[in-house]
Amino acid sequence: MTEPLLEVKGLKTYFFTDRGIACAVDDVSFSIEPGRTLAIVGESGCGKSVTSLSVMRLIPTPPGRITAGEILFNGTDLLKVSEKRMRSIRGNQISMIFQEPMTSLNPVFRVREQISEVLKLHQKMGKAEALDKAVDLLRQVGIPSPESRVHDYPHQMSGGMRQRVMIAMALACDPRLIIADEPTTALDVTIQAQILELMDNLRDNTGAAILLITHDLGVVAETAEHVVVMYAGRVVEEAEVKDLFNDPLHPYTRGLMRSIPGTSAETDRSRLEAIPGVVPSLLNLPRGCKFNERCRHAFDRCLEAEPGLLAPKTGHLVRCWLFEDKEGE
Amino acid sequence: MTTTAAEQPGQAPRGAAEKSRSPLWEALLRLRKNKIAMAGLVIISLFLIMALFSPWIAPHDPLEQSLYDKLQPPVWEETGTWTYPLGTDDFGRDLLSRIIYGSRISMLVGVVAVTISLFFGTLAGAVAGFYGGIIDNIIMRLMDILLAFPSILLAIVIVAFLGPSLENAMIAIGVVSIPRYARIVRGSVLEEYSKDYVQSARALGARDTRLIFVHILPNCLAPLIVQTTLGFASAILEAAALSFLGLGAQPPTPEWGAMLANGRALILRAWWAVTFPGVMILCAVLGFNLLGDGLRDALDPRLRE
Amino acid sequence: MSRFILRRFLSLIPTVLGISILVFFMIHLIPGDPAEMMLGERASEESLKQLREQLGLNEPLYVQYGLFMSRLVRGDLGRALRTNEKITTEIMQRFPATIELSLAAILIATVFGMLAGIISATRQYSFFDYISMVVSLIGVSMPIFWLGLVLMIIFSLHLGWLPLSGRLSYFIELETITNLYVIDSILTGNWTAFKDAVWHLIMPAFTLSTIPMAIIARITRSSMLEVLRQDYIRTAKAKGLSPVTVYLKHGLKNAMIPVITVIGLQFGILMGGAILTETIFAWPGIGNWILNAVYARDFNAVQGGTMLVATVFVLINLVVDILYAWVNPRIKVS
Repeated sequence: MTEPLLEVKGLKTYFFTDRGIACAVDDVSFSIEPGRTLAIVGESGCGKSVTSLSVMRLIPTPPGRITAGEILFNGTDLLKVSEKRMRSIRGNQISMIFQEPMTSLNPVFRVREQISEVLKLHQKMGKAEALDKAVDLLRQVGIPSPESRVHDYPHQMSGGMRQRVMIAMALACDPRLIIADEPTTALDVTIQAQILELMDNLRDNTGAAILLITHDLGVVAETAEHVVVMYAGRVVEEAEVKDLFNDPLHPYTRGLMRSIPGTSAETDRSRLEAIPGVVPSLLNLPRGCKFNERCRHAFDRCLEAEPGLLAPKTGHLVRCWLFEDKEGE
Repeated sequence: MTTTAAEQPGQAPRGAAEKSRSPLWEALLRLRKNKIAMAGLVIISLFLIMALFSPWIAPHDPLEQSLYDKLQPPVWEETGTWTYPLGTDDFGRDLLSRIIYGSRISMLVGVVAVTISLFFGTLAGAVAGFYGGIIDNIIMRLMDILLAFPSILLAIVIVAFLGPSLENAMIAIGVVSIPRYARIVRGSVLEEYSKDYVQSARALGARDTRLIFVHILPNCLAPLIVQTTLGFASAILEAAALSFLGLGAQPPTPEWGAMLANGRALILRAWWAVTFPGVMILCAVLGFNLLGDGLRDALDPRLRE
Repeated sequence: MSRFILRRFLSLIPTVLGISILVFFMIHLIPGDPAEMMLGERASEESLKQLREQLGLNEPLYVQYGLFMSRLVRGDLGRALRTNEKITTEIMQRFPATIELSLAAILIATVFGMLAGIISATRQYSFFDYISMVVSLIGVSMPIFWLGLVLMIIFSLHLGWLPLSGRLSYFIELETITNLYVIDSILTGNWTAFKDAVWHLIMPAFTLSTIPMAIIARITRSSMLEVLRQDYIRTAKAKGLSPVTVYLKHGLKNAMIPVITVIGLQFGILMGGAILTETIFAWPGIGNWILNAVYARDFNAVQGGTMLVATVFVLINLVVDILYAWVNPRIKVS
């Protein structure tokens, strides 16, 4: 196995609000190797977006703060570098694609300006050179007649096109890591597939790693090699994609799979099931296992103490008391 | 675990309590917490007390001249005395008493001018929005034309033609701000009118006036209250300006703007005759602006600038 | 874009026509006989008759309006009662002074207002934010005619730093080109006059700028706060741009959209507020002139001046609309 490109260790990101402390990310660890895709999956509010913003050090402060952990990127702890150094990494070695292509592009600047801005900043390109490169990038991400579209304003483009522009922007400086936060959620199904395929191809061509944040297990199955499932700010399960889909262990993961058509191991059942209840408020988490209120297998122990990450199979971690006995089998 | 158990134990009672409160009560609670609005309310109350009880608060008759006590400085200056705490003007009139009586005039101006613009503005806006078509067009064109003048200029010109007096100044100020109210009401009427409940009331045969007063107007109350409060502020300010220019209250009326105009001639000899009336105008206007701002935040968060 | 401008320009016609009707009818607000009001009770029957004739007061209303309009279109507003000068000539002499004062005021208001608003927004709830918001609340409530007097007492009478009133000291000679003295003194390289003109301008311009400055500060702050919450600001940060670039380039250009409207509206309103400032500082502008016409009961002159200021006000609003479309690319297309 190669050296990991990004290694997150024991990350804790808390939000200090008037109504209490929200532990949005609590002791999260994972790592990504170059050229691979790691997916973080969970419902909204599980802390997956906060995790990605923590890696970029873009947590709105106050109220948010990273209180503990290490984020090692090529061996350097990003939490220890200066803000200036961090700025030279953002958009350059690590870039980000956001969920809402409709609102993530600045409405008052032309596409050419928004792309070439990154090039001028990080690669010290001149105006003409940056424009050429911008056209080039648009072509790479499959925008037809890029020479003219580069002069468009965002509102002149469709949602899918805008997301392609976002990807072009993210690719501009040949980043080593691309963080894609729900890159396809706001798009039509057909466009979704195109964008995912585009990202796959680009990864294969550039050798960059992708950290994919999504709530959609279907997307995970198509693009990722490795999966981290998050719930209430914690990692509840982690495995290779194949293992996870063949044998989901955590009741929450199983619930997620049952609620999605066509991906579940139990698809022969004709009806879909929703996980009962809602994600608990981060300000008011239950004692013990954070999933206990929604878990149909919960027993006494789950109400008293929170399980650690257990490894019932090699390379497959799960945070659930059900697997305590099976550890290391 | 079942669905019901998943609800947060600590949150359920709070949710229930929130439901039982009316929107108005909610707004009042938000207003209580708004320090800016409360500061405004305190200032306004002080001025109201001053206006209502002027004869008991003021140490002197505001018109009483004392030729021996001309241009007395305030009490903290070397030659000042407690007889005239804020000094006297060039006729030996007590500045403090005049300022106290001045609050009566400013509050009166606020009430009269705002009543004029509120009444005609609401009427024009409601009629325009409700009947639409050519009526709407004519009324709103007229409003546009009124808005095509800087308001203080229009007020000055109206008073110039009507003749300078406090009454005409109040009318002019009232007329000038009619469009503000008309626009608010017309907007709300158009919005509410398209809603189902108005249409169904109409289908049931409700009369137009009943529709307007019972169904539609209550829904534009929040922005109207905000505008009315802010309207007090601008009415007081504009009236003082007109009086300062000699187009509003005439001497010897103890009106703040007119006092300033008089003090202007004394600028070299009696700074107090210029300073205090101005401070009063500033504070009164500030009070209504603070309350209006706070009300805007409390009544309708969407209205924030 | 040019079609947009043309369309907006044409839509002005009914408004200006409406203004003219309103201004025309004002003379009929006068209780009693306008001619007698203008000339005083002791005027001879002869001169009253002559004035009535001149104002066309004996004709039916629509004829009067027709006369009024035809004179207006020809740029003939009659003669001022006091000086017997042509009203248009007098207005044109006075107008540059008002323009200079208003431009200076809106410049001060925009620069300091926006600066305060931007700093407040980027440091929401900080000490600076708190203070600047309190100051701007006081600013919007300011009776500027009083502020002008207070500044005069402090800076002219006590400290003696700034001249009390007027546009230029009487002993200064200045060759006029645009009649904006500050500009003229730069154009002719007359630095003595430049310093004198600026010194005279500071106090009136600052006084006049108070309310718009406070309003601009408030709108800039809230608009900036709104913009800084947007997704594209996060995108800009994720690109590795410095905070200054994020706020001033990506934030400000978006936040400017409502701010420009307010600046334009305030500039128009300034032309009205100038009446008070000009009166206090004896600034020889159009506001001062209208007010003197009011005092002299020269209603003809009042009508002419009002017509002009209202038309300029409407034109400024047109320019604001065009600027607005220019800043906001989403409008251009539709």
